[in-house]
Amino acid sequence: MFEIFTQLADWLAFDLLGLSPSSKLGDAVHFFIEDVSKIYVLLVVMIYAIALLRASLNVERVRSYLAGKNRAVGYMLGAGFGSVTPFCSCSSIPVFLGFTSAGIPVGITMSFLLTSPLINEVAVLLLMSLLGWKFTLLYIVVGMSVGIIGGAFLDAIRAERWLQDFAAKALQQGQQNQPTYSGAGSTSMSFAERHDFAKDETLEIFGRVWKWVIIGVGLGAALHGFVPDGWIEQHLGDGQWWSVPAAVLLAIPLYSNATGVIPVMESLIVNGLPIGTTLAFCMSTVAASFPEFILLKQVMQWRLLATVFGMLLVAFTLVGWIFNSLSPYL
Amino acid sequence: MKQIKVLGSGCSKCMKTAEMIEKFAAELGADVTVMKETDVQVIMAYGVMSTPAVVIDDEVVHSGSMPKAEQIKAWLA
Repeated sequence: MFEIFTQLADWLAFDLLGLSPSSKLGDAVHFFIEDVSKIYVLLVVMIYAIALLRASLNVERVRSYLAGKNRAVGYMLGAGFGSVTPFCSCSSIPVFLGFTSAGIPVGITMSFLLTSPLINEVAVLLLMSLLGWKFTLLYIVVGMSVGIIGGAFLDAIRAERWLQDFAAKALQQGQQNQPTYSGAGSTSMSFAERHDFAKDETLEIFGRVWKWVIIGVGLGAALHGFVPDGWIEQHLGDGQWWSVPAAVLLAIPLYSNATGVIPVMESLIVNGLPIGTTLAFCMSTVAASFPEFILLKQVMQWRLLATVFGMLLVAFTLVGWIFNSLSPYL
Repeated sequence: MKQIKVLGSGCSKCMKTAEMIEKFAAELGADVTVMKETDVQVIMAYGVMSTPAVVIDDEVVHSGSMPKAEQIKAWLA
């Protein structure tokens, strides 16, 4: 079913541009055209289809599901909703406060917020088409686990001590009052309304991510065509222990979202970078970014902010080590 | 005179929402003031979780997305 994109790339790169299939440049250009065209078509089709399904899900409804749930279930639901609920990352502060003032524990809220950038429909779709369903499943399980365990850890160390004062007060009041939210988005939607929502979503998400696809695939194509064959495998292929924390640290200043980094992952894996190192690098790029963390300063004290950041770095390093040691069995 | 506030943390969609409302208000000659509210405590006090949100005379009329042109015209009418 994806052959049509290979044929398109054959035609454009070799016939129209006259590049030689055996040259480095021809190889890189072919790879770029094939991946970009494939990803664009898949994105438009799948974002629309998924948006139709989830049109009636919003943060207000998630909040009323999560309020008053017991902890163990709460972390799992928090991470689960984090992966499927659409919301703009610029809304993360209002969402944090909205959950907090409903008395939802900080850990459950953070399970939601940590999972959200790691797992979303665009990321899953790209992984499926570029790296196959096994890797995708693995990625989802690991991403959810980081959210669930991270949330539980934050509650275990009583992270709510280090909220900003007004947020801590809102949490206390919420827990005393146990407010109930009714009617939030519970009205059923007609197909026309769903279509409108899905159309807007598709335009909005595509408008946001198309350039990331170009950047990501471009970097991937450069790696693909120009890094000497076997170089990565020779130098980093054994999954040397230090390569994982190095990848995690290297990824911090690289501020990208999942859309940009997944095509790069594909090239890294094809070139022989071990799976654990690649996963650690990718997750760190996506979830540990300074601009987003600085935003959280509005509701968290430095101490909590540093704790969450450190926790993520440790978590991604562990993920890398575990998968490198398991990779012979995968 | 109507007082319109656009709630949001300064993201591009919030800016665009405020600009759109100002543009339509000028076109229709509506008697309104438009301001942006970025203080998270104020946003929380309105009970809004998804931004951008629009508040007219202290009542939340819209949240979670950029409003459509027809909606804005209806508010200004």
